[in-house]
Amino acid sequence: MKVAIIGLGSVGRGVAEMIAKKDLGIRVTGLADSKSGCIDPAGIDLFRVLEKKKKSGCCGDKNISALDVIRKAPYDALIDVTPTNAMTGEPGLGYVMQAIKKKKHIVTSNKGPIALAYKELRALAEKNGVALRYEATVGGAIPIFHTLGHGLAGNEILAVFGVLNGTCNYILTRMADEGLTYEQALLEAREMGYAEADPSYDVEGIDAAIKLVILANTIWGNGVKLDDVDRTGINLLTPDAMRLAEEEDCTVRLIAEAIPKKGFLRVAPRIIEKSNPLVVDGTLNAITIETDMAKEITLIGRGAGSIETASAILGDLLFIRDRYVERS
Amino acid sequence: MKLEMKDSPGQLVAALKPMSDVGGNIIAVIHQRDPDATDDTLNVQIVLELPEGRLDDLVTMLKKQGVHIQRIGEERLLYQRTVILIGHLMHTDLSDTVDRIDSTGFAEVSELSMSMPAVTERSSSRLTIKSVTKDDMEDAVAILRTVAKEKDLLLIEPLEEIL
Repeated sequence: MKVAIIGLGSVGRGVAEMIAKKDLGIRVTGLADSKSGCIDPAGIDLFRVLEKKKKSGCCGDKNISALDVIRKAPYDALIDVTPTNAMTGEPGLGYVMQAIKKKKHIVTSNKGPIALAYKELRALAEKNGVALRYEATVGGAIPIFHTLGHGLAGNEILAVFGVLNGTCNYILTRMADEGLTYEQALLEAREMGYAEADPSYDVEGIDAAIKLVILANTIWGNGVKLDDVDRTGINLLTPDAMRLAEEEDCTVRLIAEAIPKKGFLRVAPRIIEKSNPLVVDGTLNAITIETDMAKEITLIGRGAGSIETASAILGDLLFIRDRYVERS
Repeated sequence: MKLEMKDSPGQLVAALKPMSDVGGNIIAVIHQRDPDATDDTLNVQIVLELPEGRLDDLVTMLKKQGVHIQRIGEERLLYQRTVILIGHLMHTDLSDTVDRIDSTGFAEVSELSMSMPAVTERSSSRLTIKSVTKDDMEDAVAILRTVAKEKDLLLIEPLEEIL
């Protein structure tokens, strides 16, 4: 199978590295970062490109743009690993639309396009007979959409609960375990590389809310948007509150929750019994799905990381290869 | 509830059995023999917790045992939920916050733990609310949500929906 990769940040590099290292029958024919691109129908030497990117900051020719790669390279599936913009979805949204119109399958880790334009993209993909897969957008390496779409096919999904933001979970774990203040725990998260310089996207629950929107749209097709999520962050939590929860054998975690029958779509810090499987430590993510037949299923795994996210992307790619491209 | 039964061996145990059969939890049994009593009946007061909707079953079962129910007292508050409130709790009139629940008549704040750091800092408190029914609890928490919004307090609710 031939693929084009757009985006060569941490996730893109992880994907390129894994494709290069593993013998999966995947050939990369097009590659672009924000400044340059390269096309080679015979297959790009990924090790050489990654080395070049490391040295010069560019992966290819400055005269070749991402759009050039999308339009001109010969590929079956586009891997969109451009950064998330929650407000516009760009540049990923435009890239994905272009590729679908050219009847190319899509694998993306970019939350923006899926959260903002799920219905349109799904309809466009169906019209063009291509796959639209985005396992990496929610829960990192956790195969949540494979589980929902295949393992739990035939189940009615009644509710979904998740710990979907590793940064928040790390901060809350540290506050609960060490009695740190929010500010201290945030500082530590930054030092560990888990939190951005501007942490508001994580700690105000926006990231978790976007993922909840993607889950809800996938499961129920209800067209909910980011603004529909009732959202409270963790930035006002106190060590005393953690202690008060602790005294009841509970703790506090940022929980994303969707229960359509009750009209619940919210992200908020919640008191939760420590024995609940959603109570995971550090940067881990966890998702509980409640269904009519299987009842509760909880998946726990790494919610971020270059190679972990590449795992989700490769899972999508190989699914597409087996289902659509070539059966070997 | 206040019960009247025959004063013969095994009667009290026979009256208590249906209570556990319906999933009740007996809190107290008050049994005072009246020295002046001339008849062969025994009066017993029992305080118990029952799952919602099982009171009618219990009454039927007790009647079958030949126990006469003199009086059924007030229903106690059975549903309990613990929440945490963070913010300027004293400056925003904590007693009013509590009263907004207590004054409903269907729910009350039964426990309150609080920490108060420096005066200017936000304090944290844990409130346990009790109510008779689940719907009453939902209503009580909804009131608390409104109060929290009004007073700029952070309300942390328990994850109750999960089974």
